[in-house]
Amino acid sequence: MGTPTDILTPERSWLEALAQGRFLLQRSASSGQFVFPPRVAEPRSGATDLQWVEASGAGVVHAVTVISPKPPAAPYTVALIDLAEGVRVMGRVEGLPPDQVAIGLPVQARVGQIEGVPALLFHPREAAHA
Amino acid sequence: MRDAFPRAATAIVSTATYGIGEAPGQTSMELAVRASVSALARVGLKPADVDGLFVCLPTDFFSGLGLAEYLGIHPRLTNNNRVGGSAFQTYVLWAALALAAGQCDVALITYGSNQRTASGKLVRSLLPSPFEAPYQALVPASAYALAASRHMHEFGTTRAQLAQVAVAARQWAQLNPEAFVRETLSVEQCLSARMLSSPLSVRDSCLVTDGAAALVMTRGDRARDLCLHPVYVLGAAEATHHRMISAAPDLTTTAAVESGARAYAQAGITAADVDVVQLYDAFTINTLLFLEDLGFCPKGEGGRFVEGGRIAPGGALPVNTNGGGLSCVHPGMYGLFALVEAARQLAGEAGERQIAGAEIALAHGNGGELSSQATVVLGSASTV
Repeated sequence: MGTPTDILTPERSWLEALAQGRFLLQRSASSGQFVFPPRVAEPRSGATDLQWVEASGAGVVHAVTVISPKPPAAPYTVALIDLAEGVRVMGRVEGLPPDQVAIGLPVQARVGQIEGVPALLFHPREAAHA
Repeated sequence: MRDAFPRAATAIVSTATYGIGEAPGQTSMELAVRASVSALARVGLKPADVDGLFVCLPTDFFSGLGLAEYLGIHPRLTNNNRVGGSAFQTYVLWAALALAAGQCDVALITYGSNQRTASGKLVRSLLPSPFEAPYQALVPASAYALAASRHMHEFGTTRAQLAQVAVAARQWAQLNPEAFVRETLSVEQCLSARMLSSPLSVRDSCLVTDGAAALVMTRGDRARDLCLHPVYVLGAAEATHHRMISAAPDLTTTAAVESGARAYAQAGITAADVDVVQLYDAFTINTLLFLEDLGFCPKGEGGRFVEGGRIAPGGALPVNTNGGGLSCVHPGMYGLFALVEAARQLAGEAGERQIAGAEIALAHGNGGELSSQATVVLGSASTV
């Protein structure tokens, strides 16, 4: 299911895919391990057999902070999400008040934008398809 | 292979600070050189005597070259590595190895920063990551806030316990005339302070100051001729797990577990032998994490450990006796100030805050986002 295309430029390729609404991860063909952030070689082994796969987007909030900028800007979350694939990513959790985003909350990724910049936005899993 | 650190073969013979707080109009280099010539002069040395240079300035990636030029010296060793605020603990490690191997004879370790009066905010030297920047975390506060959120979740740590760290630091600062902020601070004031990045408020965060420091190291035999109270380097070790907080293998256990264990083994001591502790407290959560990771209390117990003034003046374990990054000085990189305070305590130069009979001190540095960890164990002549 994976494809080794564009693996010479993993960072640029990942960002371009995100800009097109796709959330990709790398996986090593030999070890089966998922890799994030995207790299030219698997950590520790140095294996260069990394292939792109679509992320499931399913995850759980591992840690969360709420940042409250000067009003009228609204408070927002920054969270670390443990994905089902076994890698951790930074993202925002939306779809409920920031102070109600709790560690352990099951979430689902959507690719969206924050002030025009492509970004991973996570929503509570129950509400993910609302 | 055996870790053949040259225990007690080298010593800190002099320290100095300069411009702590506000030093308007002065460049970071000028501040560092003020501290350097002052530290050298205290033991009858001049810049021309220095042949090992270890330095880092906030925004100057060639500061080793610039300082050599400024001092008019041709060092045999120049090191301006940047692993973050812990760079200075790693300088002590490399200086000890170099001195013991005869690669240099007089090592100068220095730092200066004018960030408060020049920019008014923490100097950012971490390159933004494309995998974190879109989310607009406060760098570096949010990284430490994420670790704190996890510590609370796993161990039941409370904001009031974090506040105990800030209050203890302030009480130490009140005993240190050099400390930048010395007004009384209560747990209640911490809890009602403006939130920066939850669960950390502005009172959980370090100061933004100017400041400079310097220390001079030689081999032990020469140290005894230069000064009355050499402070011997008993152990020094570093460890690194990650750069970005999202890549930290464990948000509540840092690489200090490794750097601390190796430094203790080199020194032949355990945490129980340490009389006075200096921990890199960029945020209150740091103090809890490092107390745990360096073996002063079990993992997860840091919050309960600091209750009841245990790390404050008069408590069982003196921690950050200068007032720390939270209340004394934090010009962007704090590591050298932790080392200077540890050395001052062992040399009996700590004035009203002096820990009577202190023989072993620990100075721990942290860099990046709980990333680089480096631990130095220092001892008085009685420990050699």
